[in-house]
Amino acid sequence: MPFRLERQETVSGLALLAAPLLALIFTLIVGAVMFVALGQDPIRAFSVYFIEPLSDPWTLQELVVKAGPLLLIGIGLSFCYRANRWNIGAEGQYVAGAVLGSWLALATHGTEAGPWVLPAMLVLGALGGALWGLIPAVLRVKFGASEILTSLMLVYVAQLGLDYLVRGPWRDPQGFNFPQSVTFDPVATMPLLFEEGRLHAGVLVGLVAVALAAFVLGRTLVGFSIELGGSAPRAAAFAGFDERRVTYGVFALSGALAGLAGIIEVAGPIGNLQPSISPGYGFTAIIAAMLGRLHPVGVLIASLVLALTYIGGEAAQITLRMPFDVTRVFQGTLLISILAADVLVRYRIRRLKGAAHA
Amino acid sequence: MPDVTILAAVLASIVAAATPLLLAALGELVAERAGTLNLGVEGMMIVGAAVGYATAYGSGSLILGTLAAVIAGTLLSLVFAGLAIWLAANQVASGLATTILGLGLAGLVGANYVGTRLDAAPELHIPGLSDLPLVGPVVFGQDAFVYASLILLAFVAWGLSRTRAGLVLRAVGESHGAAHALGHPVRRIRTLAVMFGGACAGLAGAHLSLAYTPFWASDMTAGRGWIALALVVFSAWKPLWLLAGAYLFGAVSILQLHVQGFGLGIPAQLLSALPYLATIAALVVISALKRGQGAPASLGVPFVPDR
Amino acid sequence: MRKILSKILSASAALAAGLVIAGAATGGAGAAEKLKVGFIYIGPVGDFGWTYQHDQGRKAVEAALGDKVETTYVESVPEGPDAERVIEQLARAGNKLIFTTSFGYMEPTLKVAKRYPKVMFEHATGYKRAANVSTYNSKFHEGRYILGQIAAKTSKTGTIGYIASFPIPEVISGINSLMLGAQSVNPDIKVKIVWVNSWFDPAKEADAAKALIDQGADIISQHTDSPAAMQAAEARGVKAFGQASDMKNFGPNAQLTSIVDNWAPYYVERVKAALDGTWKSTDTWSGMKDGEVVMAPYTNMPDDVKKMAEETEAKIKSGALNPFKGPIYKQDGTLVVKEGEVLPDKDILSMNWYVKGITDKVPGQ
Repeated sequence: MPFRLERQETVSGLALLAAPLLALIFTLIVGAVMFVALGQDPIRAFSVYFIEPLSDPWTLQELVVKAGPLLLIGIGLSFCYRANRWNIGAEGQYVAGAVLGSWLALATHGTEAGPWVLPAMLVLGALGGALWGLIPAVLRVKFGASEILTSLMLVYVAQLGLDYLVRGPWRDPQGFNFPQSVTFDPVATMPLLFEEGRLHAGVLVGLVAVALAAFVLGRTLVGFSIELGGSAPRAAAFAGFDERRVTYGVFALSGALAGLAGIIEVAGPIGNLQPSISPGYGFTAIIAAMLGRLHPVGVLIASLVLALTYIGGEAAQITLRMPFDVTRVFQGTLLISILAADVLVRYRIRRLKGAAHA
Repeated sequence: MPDVTILAAVLASIVAAATPLLLAALGELVAERAGTLNLGVEGMMIVGAAVGYATAYGSGSLILGTLAAVIAGTLLSLVFAGLAIWLAANQVASGLATTILGLGLAGLVGANYVGTRLDAAPELHIPGLSDLPLVGPVVFGQDAFVYASLILLAFVAWGLSRTRAGLVLRAVGESHGAAHALGHPVRRIRTLAVMFGGACAGLAGAHLSLAYTPFWASDMTAGRGWIALALVVFSAWKPLWLLAGAYLFGAVSILQLHVQGFGLGIPAQLLSALPYLATIAALVVISALKRGQGAPASLGVPFVPDR
Repeated sequence: MRKILSKILSASAALAAGLVIAGAATGGAGAAEKLKVGFIYIGPVGDFGWTYQHDQGRKAVEAALGDKVETTYVESVPEGPDAERVIEQLARAGNKLIFTTSFGYMEPTLKVAKRYPKVMFEHATGYKRAANVSTYNSKFHEGRYILGQIAAKTSKTGTIGYIASFPIPEVISGINSLMLGAQSVNPDIKVKIVWVNSWFDPAKEADAAKALIDQGADIISQHTDSPAAMQAAEARGVKAFGQASDMKNFGPNAQLTSIVDNWAPYYVERVKAALDGTWKSTDTWSGMKDGEVVMAPYTNMPDDVKKMAEETEAKIKSGALNPFKGPIYKQDGTLVVKEGEVLPDKDILSMNWYVKGITDKVPGQ
């Protein structure tokens, strides 16, 4: 079955809309086969996965809460990846930001500190993430060490550092020596947007980030230099853009956004510092960035879709008693379908007659 | 001489601990030299562990189990290859999706085997040699997977640098456009390289579930696939450096446990972080000494023939 | 090509229509009078450790109460922001009694409990309660005292290896209890502790066991979840104690005994109370007497050791023996529990010091 992909020079808006639709149809078919094979009623399963979460205000809020950190981190990573810098350590930068931001919350705990605490925590969170993100950047610029390895290794180091703090010096003295900090004071906590539910102000930060990122990437010289540095480094150098500054810039930015996501989660839905503060947001955000084609609006949509697969998966475990592994297989299938459908929109498939080397 | 015995035991543990990392990383190295970055290693590894265990348990044959693990890893790698090579989808996202799929599939396959066990793959004693002091237990008292990893390493090192096939594979990884113009089937070669990567990851999984800790438990690879990926970068895509990296990582992981046993009162978190810090430090030193070694030029870039 | 496409399209349109109908239909069909009981697990049910045993407890509830209950669970839920959502989702799905089975679920459980005052919650291993939140835990340290005695009797090298997970009070009190038991038999006994910083990483647990054996330990005790250490002990020809489940299968010649977590009695009792309407918020800390901490059969040891273990077990069950009965000294020699007194529960639950005779330092202290 020799075939050939032909790049579509112009992708129409219609085709862009068709991609998710195609992915959905493909997933429905593959998913239906899978569910039947596993002895589940496919229609019921799809309804629990996709319809029920989207038809209930509570789950809609939860969807946004879950997508929030993916969005923030994913946008930062988009800058990195556009510049061809492979930061895969956002999970560590998330933790570093959460730690530095929480330091202030713990330092002001029980004092008369005013409403400046939370904004200052956010700044520190971004700073912590940026500093942690700059380590691989410095190692790359100064020594030529690959940022892929260093950023990943630093994830484990950051997690162990957090572990040390919450089991040691930062432990709640009234907490029976259990590993968690005190609960943050109200001035150090993200305000909720509604009375009901968990939707918090941090989500607004994500939306601002989308708008700003879209503006920077689309309309400014900075965005252009990042893009050019990534796709044509020589041309970028010729144009006078400094490769090192791009490296520092994108790592600091993506680290800062990941750190911001970290402190928002800790000061928001979690409420204190504990050994485990992320269900792998930093890694899932890589998928969000890629599925969103490194575009802020794309990342926004991708984050929501990913959040839906998690929440739908939990619902399927609860109402259908589906094992967690089935939901994981389904999530993998869905991602694969989206990726495949995306290609089918960007390329036209031509069948070839006779043998041709592929 | 108790000191020699301890030293031999420690060295033997290091070699064993490094082997699953080495196996998985070796396969990924070949895939990456051909220009494909497959982040699905963890998924292929755990599928290998689950299918390998299930088969060995059902058939009573470790050899069949190992074979099944290799096949399972290869099959899952084909999912990635189909997406990333033939449909030219984004490689990073495709690899991550493959890992999620693999973790789920492995859990489903293994669900019925929780709480069962196998007899471990035996250590292969070589009469005479295994009894040598120090060298004996470290080099000649290991299981078959350890020897397989070293043979595969030699094979890959030789194949990449000394054979025509290796030359073509590297050409595809460096410049797929030029390789295509020369008439090489770029996508087919990449697919084969990815399949080799899947087979090695499956073998690494089998080492865990058939020899190292011969039972099945969900998520038993515990992130070793990611370490393997990092080691490929560490090695600067050179097989011998990979050997050094895997053994270095294994050494620090094992030694930190021994240091604790002596009761020095160092925070356990710091000791646990040592393997990662040591790897970073070693990479920085290596990179500073010889600059310019880089990734295959076409790594991660999908190939779409124009005409 | 077009034909195929139109077929796919019409098929998916049918599916979509089906979805809408199914979605509408699910609202009304409430199950008749069954008590819905939910569980949230930190690990996969296939870990053969902590989560596996909680799920055995859930199955025991189903077996004991049959069609009066309907149980459901969500596995592998990380502590942190996801836990609260999953617990709330369980409550919204109509579960009236919800067991949250990891320490890190404590705050999320309390937050959700505040919003669902009519739902009963049970949190394992925590210390914060509310009108509709009970806490429960097991006195695993009781079993470890027996392990210490057996180890001291059987060890030839006089060194016990201990694979520890995280330095939390439960683990520390387990180490101390084992040491006190061992000292009651051999005052000069040594214990070597290795922290693996994980509850579950089979290969690392096996490595830790090997390291301890290489350093002269001939008895391996563990406070981690997988049977890897037991297998490593079997392969090296030393003895070991299992954790959470009976691991005899993994060490037919190595296992001396295992401390088995048995949540079934508690779970059945609490679900019954919820059915009767007698459920109240309580703090339960059960042990061997209540059948919650169960010793696997004593094997691979001489008869006199077995007899000693059985006698100690009987004494602990009858209350004649408390592992933390004075005199107990801290490492620096200060007396913490006087002769004839016992350490209060709250001090055991918050323990962060080692008893005299352990040469390590408690991490983070």
